[in-house]
Amino acid sequence: MTFNTLTIKLAQEKLRAGEISSVDLTRACLDRIKAVNDKLNAALTVCEAEAIAEATRADERRVAGESGDLLGIPYFAKDNMMTKGVRTTASSKILENYIAPYDATIVARLREAGAVLLGKTNLDEFAHGSSTENSAYGTTRNPWDLARVPGGSSGGSAAAVAADMCLFALGTDTGGSIRCPAGFCGVVGLKPTYGRASRYGLIAMTSSTDVPGPLAKTVEDVAIVQRVISGKDRFDATTTDVAVPDYTADLDMNLNGLKIGLPEEYFTSGIEKGVRASIDQAIKKLAEMGAEMVKVSLPHTKYAVPVYYIITPSEVSSNLARHDGIRFGHSAKDGNHDITSVYTKSRGQGFGPEAKRRIMLGTYALSAGYYDAYYLRAQKVRTKIKEEMDKALENVDCLLTPVSPHIAFKIGEKAADPLAMYLEDIFVINASLAGLPAIAVPCGMSDSASGGTGPAGDGAGMMPVGMQLIGKRFDESMLFRIAHQYQSATNWYDKKPSL
Amino acid sequence: MNLSKEQIEHIARLARLELSDEEFLKYGSQLSAVLDFIDQLKEVDIEGVEPTAQVTGLVNVWRKDAVVDCAETEREAALAEAPEIEERQVKVKRVLE
Repeated sequence: MTFNTLTIKLAQEKLRAGEISSVDLTRACLDRIKAVNDKLNAALTVCEAEAIAEATRADERRVAGESGDLLGIPYFAKDNMMTKGVRTTASSKILENYIAPYDATIVARLREAGAVLLGKTNLDEFAHGSSTENSAYGTTRNPWDLARVPGGSSGGSAAAVAADMCLFALGTDTGGSIRCPAGFCGVVGLKPTYGRASRYGLIAMTSSTDVPGPLAKTVEDVAIVQRVISGKDRFDATTTDVAVPDYTADLDMNLNGLKIGLPEEYFTSGIEKGVRASIDQAIKKLAEMGAEMVKVSLPHTKYAVPVYYIITPSEVSSNLARHDGIRFGHSAKDGNHDITSVYTKSRGQGFGPEAKRRIMLGTYALSAGYYDAYYLRAQKVRTKIKEEMDKALENVDCLLTPVSPHIAFKIGEKAADPLAMYLEDIFVINASLAGLPAIAVPCGMSDSASGGTGPAGDGAGMMPVGMQLIGKRFDESMLFRIAHQYQSATNWYDKKPSL
Repeated sequence: MNLSKEQIEHIARLARLELSDEEFLKYGSQLSAVLDFIDQLKEVDIEGVEPTAQVTGLVNVWRKDAVVDCAETEREAALAEAPEIEERQVKVKRVLE
């Protein structure tokens, strides 16, 4: 039995029954990592000895009488989260040798729950990107087709879950960075409501939209993890007092009487045929299961990308100012005649091209004379986008859209054109700007060879298609319910890439 | 919108980024293209619209203004990251002439 292919739910049953130990489970994951990581480059750091030690401790805790949902479950954390004593790079050269001095709150909560940290996954440098190609340590490859991207920026986390290198992974989603790779890799990924889980210990990108969240093989697994990481944190003043429910409680409720909104602006002609066919089939399935589809309109949808690409670089330019070669990170040794050159050379040498682009764009947008025209205007358009979505959600239980207009693209295809890469986020940015929860769920396979005329059966060349459900603020339970019911009635999550 | 070389140099100076000549050229045209794309925001009527500063709706989240000491190991871990230490302080170049 290859224990690394288990879901959290099944693994926990076996652990509780004494059929397997956490050490068994962890070793199975470590073996799998050794077998496939060279091909995938999903993991940047693997903590083999520490993981076995943590697994041993989890087994001891079980003997002592504990039995939490995540006790002994192995996982990966995206490399833009602090994991005490473990190298944390944000996939940048500027933090190449940085050892995190503390745990991010969500990592600390998982540690307390007994989860086992396997290591850190690859991402676009500082989470800037939608393909993981911006990593300073090489791109991650999509397990379904090694010539294609896994999506980004949490590409390493999504690939690791899809390839059964772990039982779940943590990612961060600022403008689609959990949902996009989840969609491209055929796994489940949740972007929680902004403020649901603590950002303390996350290497900050866009402080007004960043959220950490889980990626796993099933909706139920994601719900289990989300419950553990959610909640008010005294170290993050943007986390709220809203109670954390048992996110698995509503999973078995049927869909009768639920209303699902279909925003017409997300069903444009630019969507690949195979993606459109998969989404249409999912809509049909949900209707058969009792949900009522309601047409809605979100007229400001198209402004989300330009709004985001003013707000993000602006906040990035501020958040990345701390990387100055003084207290930590790469510090230029030669040619420093004064303090300013320490800054300019350390940053010039340490940052990759996309990080520099965003810093400059943000610096320009926030500079004297331009703040009103750019940042302020973008935040006002953002208000319109947010209000429009909140209003639409008053009349429906969630919105349904594709995650992306197409399947995972080929490595290198968009890398030369930053703007083309920004447009990748077209369907996922709105929920981020509004701070709403959104989940990506596998809903089909599309034929990459024929340019997407799927969904057809199994076989080489088939790539995952992801469906997105956007929910009301703090209504993750509704998303889990609909997604779990859909997943139980279909079999997309059974499919595995052949590696 | 075409950013001039002077404008790019100014931005790089503000952002404390040292760029090569090649980078100046490349980023210059890429930034100009992005700014052109962003121009479409001018189409939106924002009369009387409040900017979104944050989406939580929270106001005034307080904590006690009290010193909480660091464990010695935490202090050591943080200092270990600095490129130059002297007498357990991070050493920097002169900031005032």
